[in-house]
Order: sequence, then structure tokens, then C-alpha cells
Amino acid sequence: MSKDPIILEDRKSFVLLNEKKQNNTIDCEKDSVSGAVSQRACVYCGARVVLNPVTDAVHLIHGPIGCSSYTWDIRGSLSSDEENYRNSYSTDLQEENIIFGGEKKLEAAIDEIVETLSPKVIFVYATCVVGVIGDDLVGVSKKKSKEHNIKVITVQSSGFAGNKKDGYKAACHALLSLMGEKKKSDEKDFVINYLGDFNLAGEAWIIKKYLKEIGVKTNVVMTGDSTCDQIENAGNSQYNIVQCAGSMTYLAKQMQMKYNIPFEQVSFFGVTDTANSIEKIALLSGDEAIMEKAKALIAREVDKTNAILDQFMKRLRGKKVAIYVGGGFKAISLIKQFRDIGIESVIVGTQTGKKEEYKKIRDLTDEGTIILDDTNPSELEYFIKQTGADILVGGVKERPLAYKLGLAFIDHNHERKHPLCGFVGAVNFIKEVDLTVNSPVWTFINEQGGEGYEQKELYQLERQSL
Amino acid sequence: MLDYTTKEIKERSALVVNPAKTCQPIGAMYAALGINKCLPHSHGSQGCCSYHRMHLTRHYRDPIAASTSSFTEGACVFGGKSNLSKGLQTVFSVYNPDIVAVNTTCLSETIGDDLTEIIKSTDLPEDKVVIYANTPSYTGSHVTGFSNMTKAMVSSLAEKVLETPTTTVNVIPGYVEPSDMTEIKKMLKLLDMPSIMFPDTSGVVNAPNKGKYEMYPEGGVTIDELKATGDSVATVALGSFASEAAAFELEKKFDVEPYVLKTPIGIKATDEFLMTLLSLTGDVFIPEELEVERGQLLDVMIDVHHHYHGKKVAIFGDPDIIIALTEFVIDLGMIPKYVITGTPGKRFEREINEMFKAHGLEDECIVKAEEDLMTLHQLIKNEPVDILIGNTYGKYIARAEDIPLVRVGFPILDRVGHSYFPTVGYKGALRLIEKISTAILDKYDRICPEEDFELTM
Repeated sequence: MSKDPIILEDRKSFVLLNEKKQNNTIDCEKDSVSGAVSQRACVYCGARVVLNPVTDAVHLIHGPIGCSSYTWDIRGSLSSDEENYRNSYSTDLQEENIIFGGEKKLEAAIDEIVETLSPKVIFVYATCVVGVIGDDLVGVSKKKSKEHNIKVITVQSSGFAGNKKDGYKAACHALLSLMGEKKKSDEKDFVINYLGDFNLAGEAWIIKKYLKEIGVKTNVVMTGDSTCDQIENAGNSQYNIVQCAGSMTYLAKQMQMKYNIPFEQVSFFGVTDTANSIEKIALLSGDEAIMEKAKALIAREVDKTNAILDQFMKRLRGKKVAIYVGGGFKAISLIKQFRDIGIESVIVGTQTGKKEEYKKIRDLTDEGTIILDDTNPSELEYFIKQTGADILVGGVKERPLAYKLGLAFIDHNHERKHPLCGFVGAVNFIKEVDLTVNSPVWTFINEQGGEGYEQKELYQLERQSL
Repeated sequence: MLDYTTKEIKERSALVVNPAKTCQPIGAMYAALGINKCLPHSHGSQGCCSYHRMHLTRHYRDPIAASTSSFTEGACVFGGKSNLSKGLQTVFSVYNPDIVAVNTTCLSETIGDDLTEIIKSTDLPEDKVVIYANTPSYTGSHVTGFSNMTKAMVSSLAEKVLETPTTTVNVIPGYVEPSDMTEIKKMLKLLDMPSIMFPDTSGVVNAPNKGKYEMYPEGGVTIDELKATGDSVATVALGSFASEAAAFELEKKFDVEPYVLKTPIGIKATDEFLMTLLSLTGDVFIPEELEVERGQLLDVMIDVHHHYHGKKVAIFGDPDIIIALTEFVIDLGMIPKYVITGTPGKRFEREINEMFKAHGLEDECIVKAEEDLMTLHQLIKNEPVDILIGNTYGKYIARAEDIPLVRVGFPILDRVGHSYFPTVGYKGALRLIEKISTAILDKYDRICPEEDFELTM
């Protein structure tokens, strides 16, 4: 591509240069420009990623085969027991079903699932074409629920009906319809639900362990390693804490209305955020003992973690990062996490960030930072070159782009193999940054510019000093 | 983890569990990437395009660019005309490809967008080209999509300008790796045969790293070459499912003679491919280099034949690939116990059954088209195999049943090498033997009793 700025006229308002003196804003929460190589996905995608870690449900995709093929076990969510969610179930609609309707096939598919697996819950996901031909999913679900005495729950996730975050909402509705009545409980312990952790690489387990140590009970994680029974019981908690704001704030608000459960935002990415969040939860409990234990845990872990981080930070001095992730909240916590380890963010973009999140991003970052909504590879390439970023943080599609540009890459999406949350995650994170940015491989790419050799020398010097 | 799979096989008519196929548009997108300076465009919701790019990115580990019409409710009610027109104009003004290859999706097909009309009525830059293929996701599989887009290259672009055909041969490689396409081109070059290969994803989805992002890497068949396919003397279509539609189209339009062959996987299919090419040139001799390659392949087949002979194998994947693979494993003395494809087509079963019959295997081997991996897993639970050959999704069965998996086909999401090392030709056959033999011996080394553990094997 050319080195000139290649920003579509229609996209200019979606790109912002952070200049503190000017109170300029960015356009967001709008449909992508047709023809742009957007990195965004669809409503179904949003619903699937949020609901999929309900481990003992059958996730049945009502549509042509592709929708279930591409989402077959790509979430990386771990389970402590059942693993049915890692299979791919589809009605594999054929042309005659599109013409005459797919309801009969859906009914038969549900019967066949019950016959072989007898699950408690079947989630039936609507796809694009199902929305257009108008199959009555709710009707079929009701009928089959009654017939088999199980819960068959419709997920209204036709791909075209909005974007990914509308899918999150559809998933939240499905979760709500699974939740039962609030019981009168004489529970004396402080019991919370933990929303917006999908247990990628076992992350929810790490957080649950911290909470257990300080004396906070976790009722259900939504939806990391969650079971249908746990979700049914979600109304019986005193508090909801929300990590992934984009997907779960809606559910938290609904649960506040339905069960009168208040909620609070947390983040477990980076040392600062993790410590603050644990402290916050302890304060919410109003329990002195919990607060004391939290203090002790934080003191112990922060010292231990910082000692490790310090060793690595020497090797990362002066590096610059470009962030392009799904939601605004994740971007914000990444900016902070990189700042914790001495790396400044020079580009920050999201697929579906909200106005207030972009405002926060603007406040958090330095003057000169490029802020992007719903960007595409060409823009990313241009701004990466312009800012001289050394690292790109993104998902599947961004990885090879970074590599072709000779950039280190951090996966902060479904496919990460190591937990990145909590104190242990902060260590994994810096190790991962170090591993990629200080890999000798870049020296081969940068030979012509000479930049690579300098990096290599620096790397060797730092290594000797360790 | 797939321990939920029961041994008892129950008839299923409506439910697919763990598919051995995916949908048309991704195949069309892959084929479109095989045209030089082409931007694939997905006419539907953003999700489809995103998923296809993601899946191709995972398999090839290269940036896969494609644009989308970004359908929302409005497009579904009023049709996708304005989305496509605007999308095409955006694409040409910003990304500047030479050609855009549009594939439809289940959504745009169902609302009935007329792509010929939309493209015709769109104001496009003069020297630019737009082609399209109908690729509804609810028919066929990704292989059908590949076939449809390859056919569209011919029906939209091929011309006949010369009175007598040239000596050039069109070669359609089918849904294979870029490395396979390079290998096929190498064989054509060794035969000194003027040829046009399309689509050709070599150098596109396995592009070298030059420290910069190129939206259009150097590889791919050019528009001029595609135009010239109508003047060629013959078309060699490798793999009937992916390639014959385009070859027949060339025959129908310009009388270019079609030769539909197996994908040249294994010694026999490679021989057949080369002999067909020779018959076209009128030459008699195989070039020395290919003779040597074949001889070396044969030598290794003999060296290790005792390792794989009599071993039972389950093969699954795309029909063209596994038809040739089945023939090869039979030639190696293995028993293709189960042969499964998700792609519909009775012809597949017929062809494999003929192979079974010819080798007296019809009573012990099973072939199924339009099947899923749950059924394959259940079959294996009922009667185990020694080795599994197929794509990455086979790893669930491999782990559950402790069977070595040799990764061949699409997609391979967890290993590298497939886009650089071929499976076709004598070189590819050699690589397959290495992989099969190594997989069997690795497992043996791992599980054999102490007294059987030996240095040489």
C-alpha cells in the first residue's frame, strides 16, 4: 500500500488525533462503511462468544453449516467438568429448508439431541438466513421445552440485526431466561456473581481463588466455566461484579431490576487494576475481616509481582504499543497495564467502543496518540508506520498483519494460551511482551534499516545485566 | 473431551454434530485470492466476511484482506443493491485492486439480489473488473464455493480471439495448498509445457515476509491470463468436485477440450497427471528430474512398506483430496477403513466404492458422503483404526482414542508447513509417507513394551 494516509472520506470522523488543547471527539457506535475492510463481526458472533462457555448446555446453531463451523471450539474457555460446549451442533439448513422453512428440521434436531444426550438446556441460536425466512424459534423452543421437559432457549442472534454487541445483548437475554426465582436465603457470607470472564486459559479460576482467599464466595461466573444450574441460581447473590463491560453491563442492569442485585465495575488486568479491584470488592462486602485479608493478599502479591516485573521492564524500555481490540473497556485496561510496565500506547482502537470509553481513552493517553474506531488494515498499517509502534495487540486477523510489518504481537483475544488476568497474569503478560518484542527474529526483518541490529545489541546487553 | 460420543450409532437426519465441511463463501474467497491483485468481496453481513477471513488467516497465517457489503436490517428489507454499489466504489477508490470477486452469502441469496444487474448499474472505474459467483451457504460446501468462483473466472473473463488454439494448457489445481500449486507449476515447467494455472494462490497466501504489508502480494493468475484461457488447447481439471465446472464451461463456450483427473496425490494419480500432459504435447519421455523423483519415492515406499502395510486408516476431508488419498493408501497396502466427506455428492461414494471393490475391500471398508465427525468417531469406537488422516478437527478423535493424526486438508489450524510443503506430485507423496510412517512409529516408540523398544526400526 502507499505511504499516504488512506482514510476514507466517510471514515475521517472515526479517526482522532489526541490533542489535549482541543476538545475534539470521535465518531463511534455506527455501522461500518460498506466496502471497508472492517475487522468487525456479526450479532451471532457476539452471542456465541458470550454464551458458549456454558459448559453443560447444548449450543445448537440453526442455520447453514458455516456459522457453526467457524465457531466450533474457538473460544479457549476452560471447563472444570463438562465439555459438551466444545462440540459443534448445527441444523445444517439446505436449500429446501430455506424455501419451505426450517422449523421442522429444527424440531427434529432437538429431538435427536435429546435422544442422544438428554441435556438440561439447549440454546438455539438464530442465524442471518433464519431471521429472513422467519422461522418461529420461540414457538419451536416452547413446544420442545414442554415435550421433553427441558429448557430450550432461543437466542435471537440473526447476524444482520445489528453488530457484535447486539449479540452480547441477545446472549444476556438468554441467560436471564435461564435464571430462576430469588430464594429467601439465610446466607451470611458475602456471595457475588462474577460477570464478564470467559475463563480463557483458566482466568476465572485465578480470580475465584483470590476471592476465596479473602473470604468472598463466588456464586456463578458468567459465562466462564459455568453450568446451567449455577446460572439458574444467579439471582441469589448480594453483588454482581463486572469485568467485561461491553458484554455484561446490560445483564448486570437487568439483574439489578429483576433481583435487586447492585453491580460494580472491576478489572483484573495489570497489577494496579487487580489490586484496586480486590480492594473494591472487599469494601463492597462491608466486612472488616474480608478487608483485612484483602489488604494482606494485595501487599503480598503486589510486592512479589513487581519484583518480577522490574527484571523484565529493563528490557522493554522505550517500546511503543498499538492496541486494536474489540471493546473499549479492554482497551482502557490495556493502556493502564502497558503503562504499569513502562510502555506507552501510541495507537488505541476498538471495534465497538462507546462514546464515554473513547473519552476515557483520550484522557488516559498522551498527546499525539491516534485513536481509531472500527479501523481496517490499511489505516492500521499507516498509523503503525507513522507512530513507529513496536508491538501490536489484537486478535486473529491482526496477527499476520503485525508480523508482515515486522512488529511484535500480543493476542488479547479468544486464543490466548496463558492467563493474562490477576497478578499471575501480569507476569505472564510482561513475559509475553518480552518474548515477542525481544525475539531475535525481528533482526532479520530489519536488516536494511539497521534498526534491528541496534535492538539486538540492546537485547544482548540487557540479557547480560539480568 | 469428546467422551460424550457414544458407541451406539443412532440414525440422525436433522442434526449435524462436528461437521466435516464448511460453507461455500469461504471456498469462493480462497479461489478469488488466487487472482493477481484481486480483492474478494462478501455480499452479506459482516460476520460471514469476518469468519472467512479469520479461518483463512488461521490456516495460512497470512493477512487475508476481503471487503464486505455490511448488511444490516435495512439491506434485508430493501435489498443489498446500494450496499454493493457503494461498497464496490469504496473498494476501488481506497484499496485499488485490479479486480473484485464478489461472492454471495445465504443472506443475499435468500433476499434475491440480482448481482448481474447491480454490478452493471454501478459506476465503476473503466479499467477495473468485477466478477461474481452465487455461493449460497445452504448448498454444497466450501468446495462447491471454490468450484463456483473458479467457474465464474471463466464465464466472466475467458475470451476466444484466435482462430486456432495455442499450445497452452489450462490447469485448474483444485482446492489445494499454495505449496501444491507451486509443485504443479514445477511439474509443468519440467515438461516444458506452456500453461495457465488458475486459481493460483501461491505467493499470495504464503507470501514472503518483506517487512511490509502488501494487500496484493505478487502471486496469482492475471486477468490477461484468465482471458486467454479460451484460446488454450485443453484444460486439465484436477479434482472433479472443485475443478470440472470451470473446465466444462470452457468447453461449452470455446470448445477447449476438458480432461478431468484426480488431484495428483500419490504415485498413481501423479503418473496419470503427467501422462495426460505428455499425451497433449505428443512427447514420449518424462524429464529426467521427474524420473529421479519418482524413483526416489518408490525407493522410500519399499524401504518402509512394512511399517504401514495392513494398517487401518480413517480418512476424512474434501472429496477431491480424499479420493486421491484413498487410492494412495490402498497402493501403500493400507486399509482405508472409513472414508468420510461432509460435502454432498453420491458420486463420491460411487468412486470410492469402486476402489474398494477393485481391491476386494468392499466388505470391510465404509465410505460416506454428507457425514459428520461424530459419526466417524462412533465408527472408530466400534472398530478402531491405526491412523487418522484429515484436517485439524480430527485431533479431538485422535486424543480421545489415542490414534495418531496426520494433518492433510483444510483447515489446519494448529501446525505449520502445509502452505510451504506440497502434498501433490512425487515430492508430496514422499512427504505423505514420511508423515504417515513417522506418526505410526512415534506412537509405537511411545507405547511399546520395554523389550520391544529398539534403536533401529
